[in-house]
Amino acid sequence: MNTHSTYDLLRHLADSWGLVVMTGIFLGLCLWPFRPGTTPLNREVANSIFKDEDDV
Amino acid sequence: MELALSRTGLWLVALLIAVAACAAAVDAGFAIHMGIVALACIIGLVVTLRGVDLSKAIMAPDQGRYDDDVIRWGVIATVFWGMAGFVAGLVIALQLALPVLNLGLEWTAFGRLRPLHTSAVIFAFGGNALIATSFYVVQRTCRARLAFPGLARFVFWGYQLFIVLAATGYLLGITQGKEYAEPEWYVDLWLTVVWVAYLAVFVGTIVRRTEPHIYVANWFYLSFIVTVAMLHIVNNLNWPVSFVGSRSYPIFAGVQGALVQWWYGHNAVGFFLTAGFLAMMYYFVPKQAERPVFSYRLSIIHFWALIFLYIWAGPHHLHYTALPDWAQTLGMVFSVMLWMPSWGGMINGLMTLNGAWDKVRTDPIIRMMVMALAFYGMSTFEGPMMSIKSVNSLSHYTDWTIGHVHSGALGWNGMITFSCVYYLVPRLWNRERLYSLRMVNWHFWLATVGIVFYAASMWVAGITQGLMWREYGADGYLVNSFAETVLALKPMFFLRAFGGLLYLAGAVVMTVNVWRTILGHLRAEPAMSDAAFDPEKDRPIVAAPQAA
Repeated sequence: MNTHSTYDLLRHLADSWGLVVMTGIFLGLCLWPFRPGTTPLNREVANSIFKDEDDV
Repeated sequence: MELALSRTGLWLVALLIAVAACAAAVDAGFAIHMGIVALACIIGLVVTLRGVDLSKAIMAPDQGRYDDDVIRWGVIATVFWGMAGFVAGLVIALQLALPVLNLGLEWTAFGRLRPLHTSAVIFAFGGNALIATSFYVVQRTCRARLAFPGLARFVFWGYQLFIVLAATGYLLGITQGKEYAEPEWYVDLWLTVVWVAYLAVFVGTIVRRTEPHIYVANWFYLSFIVTVAMLHIVNNLNWPVSFVGSRSYPIFAGVQGALVQWWYGHNAVGFFLTAGFLAMMYYFVPKQAERPVFSYRLSIIHFWALIFLYIWAGPHHLHYTALPDWAQTLGMVFSVMLWMPSWGGMINGLMTLNGAWDKVRTDPIIRMMVMALAFYGMSTFEGPMMSIKSVNSLSHYTDWTIGHVHSGALGWNGMITFSCVYYLVPRLWNRERLYSLRMVNWHFWLATVGIVFYAASMWVAGITQGLMWREYGADGYLVNSFAETVLALKPMFFLRAFGGLLYLAGAVVMTVNVWRTILGHLRAEPAMSDAAFDPEKDRPIVAAPQAA
């Protein structure tokens, strides 16, 4: 495969499926903490830093 | 005993290799560097043989449940390198205003001191702060002791050796000529080894965690460590001219090389100076405010948006160059989109104080954190604006860029680091409190006013410069020569140096405060704030006797 067709291949991938997949993964990761029933979990993690420091 | 013996053997082998490399060196710079490595080996040898307990030297209290020795060294190194970097910055600011300060020597010329300043503040001051706080935060949030304690010590001392080699190299004229990636091939290889060890210690501690969740600060630290490793390796793919010489040539050439360099350069800002310091923000701001982060969900969106967008923003450093137009536009679009996660993160940090805003008035450390977040917001607004091509055509190559960088570096990175140092020192040395809270307040004001002088003078200088460069006369020729624009900026250079002097003065106040806190001194001083009380007025009204 010559350099030019590598460029075409990658450029085409980046413009189409690559972009769709990346956007999908990004949106999935952003929506993940919003799945139902996670409010107490998020609150617990946010407060986890306040447990006693020397209490291993 | 056996351990000491094998360690001594290792030091001896390293010493022999360094001496051999020094003797075989093809240039003076490489020979001096190998001499420094040999010296480091001798120090290591002596420390191993005499069984020196380094924790005594820094007055470390008895070991708590966490492994904090490396963190104590890291805090001291942060303050030390910070002072070195700020002094270097003030010197080069004065050199721009008064060229005679170049002293006519190659080692003290602006061109060599400038990378010394940038690397000292970013990699030495910022890097040590990141290593120290990451080891502190990962242990507390995972509720586990540091994995591989020996390797953690290697990370600290290996990183200091990297700093010394890089700094002396700049003065000797050893450079790859790539901004923020100046160290030559052998120093780069050494940093790669240190960095892999850093990753191992950090991930090892996360694996050993007893807390089920990995707190978001660790996500930011981990992304910083992993991404910096990737950037560092790709941008430093160089081939040495000689394996016992300091010169090397890059694999990438021309515009490809430029793109790789700015992919590295901008993501060094994005992952070293942003992701890593945001990790500090997500742990230390809630701890100091004694309130959980405003929205944990927002912090996760902040994280992923930052990761997915930052990596594409680099081409905005190459507007109107040989880089293809579409790549420039891509860089600009992603930079503008980056405004959203940045402000989401700033709002998340600031709103953590929701319901506790009075702390901004009563707690100078919180005040510093709030100012850091405000500067994070301001510089992440300014950055995307400057990445827009039409704005960039005015701002690029001017002092506006320098002003922008410093509002981020002094305001965001500096202020958040100072506040973390103030948080850590009394806790790490088991002191009742800081030596003086009022001195923190002095530091806050000196630094803030210093940044205002710096940023404001550079805005004026940059826009003046940009407009003078593009001014055409009626005859179609440029009106100003370059030297004329420099002359026009001279007063601004003095104002900038004054701002730097104030910022440095604030850091001196911090150094005294940290030093005396470590010594266990407490300054006798009135509390920062108290309700007003006037004994003169604290009496009933007695009717005055009536005149007859």
